[in-house]
Amino acid sequence: MAEMGAEHEGAAQTVAIRLWNSRRLLAAGIGAVLAVYWFAGMSGYVVLLACAVLLAAAMLQTDVARQSAEGGAAIEASGLQRLSGEYLAAAVADPLIIFDRTAMIVHANAAAFAAFGGIAPGLSLSLKFRAPEMQALLDSILSGNVASDVVDYTEKLPVERAYRVSASSVGHGTDLYVLVFKDQSEARRIDRMRADFIANASHELRTPLASISGFIETLRGPARNDPAAREQFLQIMQNQTGRMARLIDDLLSLSRLEMKPYLKPGNEVDLRQTVDSVIDSLGPLARENGVAIERDFAEGPLDVPGDRDELFQVFENLLENACKYGQSGGRVVVSIAPGDAGPEPGIDVTIRDFGPGIAEEHIPRITERFYRVDVENSRTQKGTGLGLSIVKHILTRHNARLSIKSEVGKGAAFSVHLPRH
Amino acid sequence: MQSVHIVSAYDEELQYLSKRIAAMGGHAERMVEQAIAALVNADPGLAQKVIRDDLVLDEGQREIDDKAIVIIAKRQPMATDLREIVGAIRISADLERVGDLGKNVAKRVVAVIEGRQPTSLFRGLEALADLALTQLKEVLDVYASRSVENIGFVRDRDDQIDAMYTSLFRELLTYMMEDPRNITPCTHLLFCAKNIERIGDHATNIAETIYYIVTGDQMPADRPKGDKTDKIVLPAAQPVK
Ligand SMILES: Nc1ncnc2c1ncn2[C@@H]1O[C@H](COP(=O)(O)OP(=O)(O)OP(=O)(O)O)[C@@H](O)[C@H]1O
Ligand SMILES: [Mg+2]
Repeated sequence: MAEMGAEHEGAAQTVAIRLWNSRRLLAAGIGAVLAVYWFAGMSGYVVLLACAVLLAAAMLQTDVARQSAEGGAAIEASGLQRLSGEYLAAAVADPLIIFDRTAMIVHANAAAFAAFGGIAPGLSLSLKFRAPEMQALLDSILSGNVASDVVDYTEKLPVERAYRVSASSVGHGTDLYVLVFKDQSEARRIDRMRADFIANASHELRTPLASISGFIETLRGPARNDPAAREQFLQIMQNQTGRMARLIDDLLSLSRLEMKPYLKPGNEVDLRQTVDSVIDSLGPLARENGVAIERDFAEGPLDVPGDRDELFQVFENLLENACKYGQSGGRVVVSIAPGDAGPEPGIDVTIRDFGPGIAEEHIPRITERFYRVDVENSRTQKGTGLGLSIVKHILTRHNARLSIKSEVGKGAAFSVHLPRH
Repeated sequence: MQSVHIVSAYDEELQYLSKRIAAMGGHAERMVEQAIAALVNADPGLAQKVIRDDLVLDEGQREIDDKAIVIIAKRQPMATDLREIVGAIRISADLERVGDLGKNVAKRVVAVIEGRQPTSLFRGLEALADLALTQLKEVLDVYASRSVENIGFVRDRDDQIDAMYTSLFRELLTYMMEDPRNITPCTHLLFCAKNIERIGDHATNIAETIYYIVTGDQMPADRPKGDKTDKIVLPAAQPVK
């Protein structure tokens, strides 16, 4: 009831407004009628009649005006529809493509341009998305048998990406269709990484296992009564089992890191204290290798946000590598200094050795899992090839950067830039 | 009225041809991808699937040949349209060969995974396959967009593929010399590498055909080293059919 009342009120109001809008015309009309009455001596009835006609005309006019106003509203609404289609597409963060009955692109939003490049209106979707599952999706939606359909679509190149793609027809009778790409790459990548990882790990474990079982065979056979050989073989076997144990530790630590991809916020780490304790803990290794560790720490507070245990692991791995592979240089310099030159102000920790260095072609690859420049040397150093990939993983979580500079024959410098935020 | 109708049916026939080419292309790309994945992940099941999938490409080529011949007989096409149709025949033949090469790689999977291969070998093979597949993908993207202006990338990547193949070849030879037991699996891998390199060649052929379809000219031959002028060609005067 209240609603109806409001509607009536509204209608009365619009009539009033329209009368008011045509007030000048009305006034002029009535004025004219009065003037005629004045000069021509018409009867009062005629004047009243004329005024009534004028008023009716004014009312009628408002009706016409109302109709045309409604027409305008209709045009406006369709304009809004068209606009909102594009705005809507732009507002969707996922790639979205609108296409017609011939699979021709009508409109693609910015996300689609960014994701697939080179998709212009007029391009045929079935020529661009050639993967069998996409062809099937387009066929099924364009056949008109289904109103919407979904497939999982993966692209391998240039970077691996996985999408869940849904296709549906837009409205009815528009002859338009829409494709929306939901990015699932992250989940896929993690799955694949895990699978790769297990494959790699079992491969790495097979080598020491094979060598151990070979030595056991020898110990039972030819070397059975040779105490000197036995001692030597047992030593090698112990080294191999040590390597396997280390490998398993490293694997566990990597998968622990992968399980919690985000860093717990709110913790500050005192780099001076952390690096100091890393140096202390590696003292025995350095002495064993005949390497002197030198400190070069800047004055003042050297705190950054982060996880102390994880950063400890980073510097431990880097310093251990420097002592192992840079042994021939006889010394390692660890420096901490403010690094405010780059876009993100922070603190740089640099570990520099004076050993053989790393050839240019290997530098981009040594943070890969199991990548070793010199497999033999790394084996004698009991390396598993996982140290730097753990470092890289932790640093990514810290929003930090690792830069490696090296000149063959002059040593290597591993520099960690930790942002201060 | 009548003639308009005929023209649009003709257009539809041509569109159907290019749609089939694209579908064949997508299929060939997927086959090669999966053949490499089967090799690297030691997955004989996937390899079997690749071998079976080759039928689809044979079928596709036959269909395109038939359709193209019917169109030529019925419509007596001229100039651009004729190039488009003859081009489709040529491209589908190249794609069918790409599928064969993918199948050949898949066929070797069982033999290769029997012996234990160093993972670094597969890494190299994967890198080579990535190059060849990128070549194929970008060429087929040009088929979709008809933007032959910057098709010069084909020659550059061809060079990269050659260099990569050469280095892989050398690496495999050293493995064979190191240990005679490596000879059998490494020979298989050598053939795989050769097959992948050939896939790149077919992608280059397709690029040449597309260039011919769009411009009516032959794609400029190898430029002298350091001269990149053949990357700049005039944009196509013909509208996309
Ligand atoms: N300071 C360095 N100088 C020369 N080569 C280095 C240096 N640091 C690392 N490398 C090379 O990078 C490779 C990878 O190092 P990484 O720490 O990841 O593995 P690793 O030391 O072999 O094993 P792990 O650290 O797991 O015991 C090493 O095998 C070595 O060849
Ligand atoms: Mg290490």
